[in-house]
Amino acid sequence: MCAAPLTVGRSVPRREGADKVTGRARYTDDITVPGAWYGRTIRSTIARGAIRSITQDTAFDWARVVVVTADDIPGDNVVQLIRDDQPVLAPKGGEIRHREEPILLLAAADRDTLEEATSHIRIEYDTAEPVFALDQATDVFSTVEITKGEVVEGLKDLEGVEVVERTFRVGLQEQLYIEPQGAIAIPEAGGTIRIIGSLQCPYYVHRALKRALKLTDQQAVVVQAETGGGFGGKEEYPSIVAVHAALLARKAGRPIRLIYDRHEDLAATTKRHPGVIRHRTGVKKDGTLVFQDIEIVLDGGAYCTLTPVVLSRAAIHAAGPYSCPNVRIRARAVATNTPPNGAFRGFGAPQSLFAAELMVEHIAERLGVSSVDLRRKWMLHLGDTTATGQKLTESVGSEMVMDAALKAAPTVRPSDRPTVRRGRGLSLVFHGSGFTGSGEKKLQGTIGFEALADGTFRILTASTEIGQGTKTIFCQLAADALGVGLDMVALAPQDTSLVPDSGPTVASRTAMIVGRLVQEAATEIKEKLKREKAPLRLEKSYIQPDAIHWDETTYRGDAYPVYAWACTIADVDVDMTTGEVRVTDLVTAVDCGKALHPVMAEGQIEGGCLQAVGWATIEEIKMKDGGYQNDRLATYLIPTALDAPRIRTILVENPYSRGPFGAKGIGELPMDGPAPAIIAAIHDATGVWLDEIPATPEKVLAACASR
Amino acid sequence: MRFTLNGRTVSLDVVGTRRLLDVLREDLGATGTKEGCGEGECGACSVLIDGEVVDSCLVAVGQVEGRDVVTVEGLALQDGKLSRLQQAFIEHGAAQCGICTPGMLLAAHVLLEQSRRLTADDVREGLAGNLCRCTGYTKIIDAVLSCTK
Repeated sequence: MCAAPLTVGRSVPRREGADKVTGRARYTDDITVPGAWYGRTIRSTIARGAIRSITQDTAFDWARVVVVTADDIPGDNVVQLIRDDQPVLAPKGGEIRHREEPILLLAAADRDTLEEATSHIRIEYDTAEPVFALDQATDVFSTVEITKGEVVEGLKDLEGVEVVERTFRVGLQEQLYIEPQGAIAIPEAGGTIRIIGSLQCPYYVHRALKRALKLTDQQAVVVQAETGGGFGGKEEYPSIVAVHAALLARKAGRPIRLIYDRHEDLAATTKRHPGVIRHRTGVKKDGTLVFQDIEIVLDGGAYCTLTPVVLSRAAIHAAGPYSCPNVRIRARAVATNTPPNGAFRGFGAPQSLFAAELMVEHIAERLGVSSVDLRRKWMLHLGDTTATGQKLTESVGSEMVMDAALKAAPTVRPSDRPTVRRGRGLSLVFHGSGFTGSGEKKLQGTIGFEALADGTFRILTASTEIGQGTKTIFCQLAADALGVGLDMVALAPQDTSLVPDSGPTVASRTAMIVGRLVQEAATEIKEKLKREKAPLRLEKSYIQPDAIHWDETTYRGDAYPVYAWACTIADVDVDMTTGEVRVTDLVTAVDCGKALHPVMAEGQIEGGCLQAVGWATIEEIKMKDGGYQNDRLATYLIPTALDAPRIRTILVENPYSRGPFGAKGIGELPMDGPAPAIIAAIHDATGVWLDEIPATPEKVLAACASR
Repeated sequence: MRFTLNGRTVSLDVVGTRRLLDVLREDLGATGTKEGCGEGECGACSVLIDGEVVDSCLVAVGQVEGRDVVTVEGLALQDGKLSRLQQAFIEHGAAQCGICTPGMLLAAHVLLEQSRRLTADDVREGLAGNLCRCTGYTKIIDAVLSCTK
């Protein structure tokens, strides 16, 4: 028998590509369910206080709708995640901690009735003084402290050491998946509730349903529909949508469609954590890095969500991809009375790397040396140790990506428009692939693998396709490991009644961690088939390699199994009369280990880069009374095709021994590099340093004026 | 009322003020047209009306009486095979999550109908009304340009 040609490394057609280009792909709102009613969430209009009363106006015939309050929750009134602080629905007399906090749920047969019912509900509050400012926030969600070598106070000889200090600020950002949040809940026999939804993590939703609705493992069924983008925004928030829909379905005894419109999605769902990052760095005149002292404060919003994990990733990446003998990183996440912030591509690292990379620029300027040379002097190499004391033993691409990006970047030519100044900036970043520390070990992500009687194979995984290519690359990995054609392998639906918990589709872990399980399972079943006949089924769970050591209490050790690396060069045009910043060109070289599917890898990197360009330049959320002022797509702007730079991606392959075919995770990495490169480019163009993003025209003009 | 949808005449008894988007999706089962924002900003609900790209969330169905409406379902060739543009979207990785794809394809289709001599800047301008959050647009532009050759 002659083996099928290998598919890994080839850009085969996307599995669900034909469905997506013909309109056949079924997203949540495309699925018709007979007899379904429409659901709606009634939310708080105050930032802090308590609900005094909820009045249903008797002028309306309430028999036409279903109303769900906190009293209708059969299980715990808790959104299951890390900390039990967030209620599914704020109870009467209960505390309101942010605007848009869910209080009531309504459902009706049609949208007009729903609208009418909504206008007949009155909620009165006793208001309290909200906390919005980070420096006034006293409630701390979590803290992280990382130390390496001596802390600055302990350093004996600081003679001849220059100390550079700077404070940076980063703003809120909306994921802005183009398909808003939504779920359909269907009550079935035996107390089962089936959820069909737009989501990244079926088992997060499964756990949340079990907890709030008091369901067994079997009674809670979660099925992912085709999902129109996630970027972290559909990591934890879908639990809320699904539980709400399920509560309505349970009370109504009929299916419920709870589909957010864009306005509700923007106003109520999680955003990227804003924060303040302070750096104090000691360097010698010759550029030798002596110490880094870093303080991070992130705004978690009103409830904990995933904030401690975001903070952890922010802290671990805060020193940048550099080797420094003495490091102290102190990070804390605090509570404010704003809607909760949550998972968003990069998960804290873009925030802390933004500051770290700009610090390199400021120090280079102080020393009068090139920042590229300084990076070369400081960058982590094989055998170096990170801030957590992790010794890097393989697949360190720092130098490779920098060389590749510098080589590919075109020459900068001055603009022919008299009011426009042009500049270039560079950044070097790394991003840990997979969960932090012992995360993967605790989770033990599992997949199933089947050899079917008809000779084909089936992968059973809860890892979801959200546009990044899971469906395609998993089949590639399995086909190559089995030595069969791609058409012989399929993925089972992401349905919790069919597939085991492979862990969430987050943290740059799907290709590297779960993909490796797919490869191993396929290899194992191929061996088994030599002795046994199909049908066969096996399960494979993640086992932490012995070489990985992490101490949760001291934050010492191998924070991640491996890192992916990127060097990004951004060219900008700054209009000196309007302050407008346009990113014209972006070159990014990425060490991805191995590009399993080069076109998809590039596509994911380019999309991530543009999301970062938006964060750095135009995506600004203005707050008013604890709510978002620009909570419509007409006022929250993301880059269009006209705003987007030409992006050139260079894939650098530097294999990782425990990744599938050498691959590392790259989903989040492209979010890290562009922002600091753009701010450096603005400096190159104008001579002014911005310490805060987004670099809006107002900020650019103000900085230029105060020069 | 009557109009042509993807080459076939449809007659409906509907309130003329309903959004074309809802009538397409709910009454005619043409769910390829997506709602991304409901206020004409994202282009996910783009359809062609008499050959022009229009946001169907901003159009009352009464406005298309007697007119020619094309949705993504009408883009494939007569024999059901994918059009060159649809194939190019798959080959070049222009569809990731796919939610903007139907609208993007229609906007690109019109661009290519208008001219086969397009530059990257022409494509950027022609697609500026259709937001994509996954691709960074590079692959979409590549896909459209590949159809000009």
